[in-house]
This record gives sequence, structure tokens and C-alpha cells, in this order.
Amino acid sequence: MAAIDDGVAAPPALPSQPSAKAARGSKGMNWWGRLKRDRTLVIMTLPAVILLAVFSYGPMFGLFTAFQAYDIYNGFTGSPFIGLDQFQRLFGDPLFWHSMENTLVLSAVQLVLYFPIPILLALLLNSIMSTKIRSFVQAIVYLPHFFGWVLVVTIFQEMLGGAGMLNTFLRQHDMATWDIMTNPDTFKYLVTAQAVWKEAGWGIVIFLAALAAIDTSLYEAAAADGANRWRRLWHITLPGMRSVIILLLVLRLGNALSIGFEQFILQRQAVGRDAAEVLDTFSYYYGVVGNNFSYGTAAGLFKGIISVVLLIAANKVAHMFGEDGFYRR
Amino acid sequence: MTTSTLPRKRRTSNRPSWEEKPSPVGQGAKSLVVLIVLAVIAVPIYSVVLTSFSTQASINKAGGLVMVPGELTLEAYKQIFSNQLIVHSLFVSLAITLLGTALSMVVSVLAAYGLSRARSFAHRPILMFMIVTMFFGGGLIPTFLVVSALGGYDAYWSQILPGAVAVFNILVLRSFFSSTSPELIDAAKIDGAGDWRILWSIVLPTSKAVLAVITLFYAVGYWNNFFAAQLYLPDNGMWPLPQVVNTYVLQGNSMPGSGITNTGQYFGHQQVAPLTIQMAVVTLTLLPILVVYPFVQKHFTKGVMVGAVKG
Repeated sequence: MAAIDDGVAAPPALPSQPSAKAARGSKGMNWWGRLKRDRTLVIMTLPAVILLAVFSYGPMFGLFTAFQAYDIYNGFTGSPFIGLDQFQRLFGDPLFWHSMENTLVLSAVQLVLYFPIPILLALLLNSIMSTKIRSFVQAIVYLPHFFGWVLVVTIFQEMLGGAGMLNTFLRQHDMATWDIMTNPDTFKYLVTAQAVWKEAGWGIVIFLAALAAIDTSLYEAAAADGANRWRRLWHITLPGMRSVIILLLVLRLGNALSIGFEQFILQRQAVGRDAAEVLDTFSYYYGVVGNNFSYGTAAGLFKGIISVVLLIAANKVAHMFGEDGFYRR
Repeated sequence: MTTSTLPRKRRTSNRPSWEEKPSPVGQGAKSLVVLIVLAVIAVPIYSVVLTSFSTQASINKAGGLVMVPGELTLEAYKQIFSNQLIVHSLFVSLAITLLGTALSMVVSVLAAYGLSRARSFAHRPILMFMIVTMFFGGGLIPTFLVVSALGGYDAYWSQILPGAVAVFNILVLRSFFSSTSPELIDAAKIDGAGDWRILWSIVLPTSKAVLAVITLFYAVGYWNNFFAAQLYLPDNGMWPLPQVVNTYVLQGNSMPGSGITNTGQYFGHQQVAPLTIQMAVVTLTLLPILVVYPFVQKHFTKGVMVGAVKG
């Protein structure tokens, strides 16, 4: 009797937080009951889970190919296991080390020449008072992010290439032409310039978010204390962006071996393999194009392992600076 | 929030009282930098588009890309729309973009909603399952082998399915969906609405900004994709537009089709299509982005900023 009374009395109290929690929580319900209750939610995640299982986890198992002498006709199950032979061959391959060197050099150049630009742009944009002008500038600088690399490289080709605008101008004025697009020596600056053109504007998004999160009363107080604009920049704005800057730096260092891929495939023919071969293009050309699937996979796997190590190491450094970095602790 | 709107609005155009007046030199330097940045982005796009509408005479006069509008003509567009290869690639690109974006959005929205409800069954393991793929993957060749083994080589689905799910987008959507007020959802539940109903009638209408932005991300990804075509589509009759641009504009190969190869300019040793034709194909690739972008751009602050902070 009493139990039924409770049941009748309970509903008015139910909408309050703790009881709603209990109704939804895991306590007092076995997993089968919870599955039955949430089956719609689980079903909703299934398409994504299946696609990821096939196209992301499938290839992870395919990494085993790196330890085989993969043969297209015998397939994954029929190819012989050969252990670490592919890696031995890889480490003795000067072309592989050359692409490793290219990758690291390109990464370093991009880190030095690219990384500060979005920060500076964000500071500049943030200092524009008029909202109209600011959103107009924002709209324009975001735009190239939405162009594919094919378009970006084509546009560069039309501007700076042998038959491009710059060289046409130079030729018309009887000056020496300057073919930037096919020069292997300056290729690293060219691709950095392309990356800046395409992504620097978009890169400011996250810094603008960090800037918007800074409490304006800090500026007001600093100004009242007599700090001029540069001191406010140094003591309030930059510390406010610090954690975002370090996070992006960590990500950048962790991705030092992945500097982009399409950019190099598109320009490899124009500047030659020596300058444009990076680790990703190496595994593409030797793996897919050259039909050395196991060899290309080994190169990719090696790159993946080093990348994870780099990411963890970079994160450690971030923790030493007292920042969260990419994950905590 | 509501009380601060008025003074805030006034303050955006006026500088706060504590901020000192800018010096003319500083103001001038700042304007100059902004103008240079805008010019560096806008001028190349402008001249590429303008050249595609220019006559051969004005191109010859300029010696290449046209900067000052002279005589304008649609001749290049007439020619490329009579070229089988380009028309077909345009259709392929449109179809891949529309179908792919629709699929990606449906899958991502469902997954994001399925994972957005607090303490639901297995949402943590499923989330981990997804996030792992952001950091570890098989890489290029194992993916190629899996897709080929499933029959994706030479098939259009290889352009869509392997990259259909972007976990980052799911995370952004999820963080939006979980901020839908739980009272609203509980009220709908009491009225007898199931999860499908709640998603459709409550969560989606309140998330329009982020949906617009994520749709743009997916659509742009499909529209710009040339590498999947290079990997899986050996036959140029199946190519999407960016791969056509890559092959016949960037790499300078001669383009099959009437009237295009014989009047070409010399470029290295190969004869390629005239500049107007090339620039018309490039413009065709740029155009959808330029058209859609302004409509979505206004949602960026709402849609991306939160994603950037939370994601």
C-alpha cells in the first residue's frame, strides 16, 4: 500500500535534477535495459561507426601489409610474410632519407615563416574598431581556405609562373625573368607562400576566439594604471593567447612529418622530385604508382610511428611550460 | 545579455574611453597593411575571372592575364560547354558534391545527436572509437588497398564513401547539440516525442548556424577533391572538374576535344588550350564557392568560433 502511495506522490517531485539524473543514469538498470532505452541513439551512430570501421579501421589492419611482400594477385591473405625486410630496405634507401630531409626542412621553414602570421593578422584585425570593416576583411581573408590546392597552385602558376603575370610584366619592361614556380632551390619558400595565402586567413579564427575571450575590464584596469597600448599588448593580450599559441605549436610539431600532400603532388612535375618529394609523396609514388604496396606501406607506417612519438614529445614540452597542450596531465 | 546590447552596440563603433586616440601614422600603416592583405587575395582571383571573359585580342595586348577590363566575351564559356569532357566533369563534380554532402550530413548529424545525450548507452566507447581515427590511421596505401578490394577502383563511390565521415565535424555538431536545453527535450519527451522527432523538430532548427557551416565544409571538401580521382579513377571520362584543371591547366597536357588543341599557346613543348579556355575552367571551379560563400559566411562567427574553442 505504502509503495503505491509513494508512486503516486513521486511524479510532482520528478522533474527536479537528482531524480531526473537517476532515471537517466546507469544506476539501477542493467546494460540490456539501458541499451533498450537508448537503442534509437545507438542506431543513429551506426552509419558513422560502420563507415569508420571499414575505411579507417580496415586500413589500420592493412598496415600488416608492411611486413609482407604484398602481391595484388594474391591479396592480403595470400601474400607471404617477410618480417622486417621492407623496413631494412627502407632504411637503406637514400631516396627515402632524402624525402625525410625534405619533409623536415619544409616543416621547419613553415614553422618559422608561417606560424607567426595568423597571430599577427588576428592582432591586426582585432585592433580594427569598425565592425563593418572588420567583418569585411574577415570575409575576404577566410575565402582562400575554401579553394582546393589545385586552384591555389593554378592561381600561383598564373601569377608567378613562366607565362604568368609577373614574368610577362618583367619581359615587357626588358627585365630578367624569374621563374619561381620551377625553381627547386626556392621551392620551400614557394610552398610556404602558398600555404600562407591559402590558410593564414583561416588560421586567425582560433586566435580571434581567444582574443574575444579576454576580459575587457583587464584592459580598462591596465589603462587606468597607465599602461600604454604596447604594454597592454604584452601583459594582457599575449598572455591571453598563450595557451592557444602553445596548443597550436604542439599540434604543428606533432605533425611535423605531415606538411601536406596535394601541394607536392601537384608541383612535383614542375620542380622535380628532388625538391618536392616528401614522405607522403614517397609512399604514393613508390607504393601506388610503382606497385610496391608493401614498401610504400612500410614508409607510411614508419612515418606514423614517428608522428605519434613527436606528438607525445611535443605535448610533454607543453606540460613543462605548465600548459595543457593537447591532452592533460 | 539583453541589457548590455544597447551600450555594447554603441561601443563597437566608438572606442572605449580608456583607449588612447590612434596616431595618424599608426592608423595609416594599419590601413596600408590591411589593403595589401586584401589585394594579395583578391587581385589574382579577379584577374583569373576577368581573363576568362576577355577576348583573345585583349589577352594578347596584356600578354597574359588581363587586369584592366577591355572587350568582354562569353566565347570561352561557349567553347567549354561544347566540350564533352568538361561538361561531363562538371556533372560528375556536382553529383559527387551533392550526394556526398547529403550523405555526410545525414551520417554526421545522426552520430552527433546519438552521442550528444548525457549518459546514454555506450556513448563513451563509441566516442573513443571515433576519436582514435583522428590520430591513427592506416595511411594512404592500406586505404587504397581496402577501397580497391571492395571494388572502389574505377567506381564513383570511391570518391564519396572513404572520406564521408569527418570525426572533427561530428565533435563540433555534438557540442552544439548537447547545449540544447535539456528542459526543452524533457518537455518534448513528456509530449511523447521520440529521439527522431526531437532531433528533427527541436535540435536541428536551433542549430542552423552550425549546420550551415558544417555543410559548407563537407561540400567544399567534395568539390575540391582531385586526389581521390587521381587515385581511383584512371579514365579521364570519369574525372571531376578539379582533376581536369590539374591535368589540362596545371600540368599543361593537351586537352582532348574539338577546337581547343589547335589554337593553343606554346607552354614548354606541349600545346595547351588557350588561356581564356583555361581560365574559364578555373573560374567554373571557383564559381560555386564564390556564390555559396557569402550566404554561409555570416554564420562563421557563431558556427566556427564555438567549434574552434570547444573542438
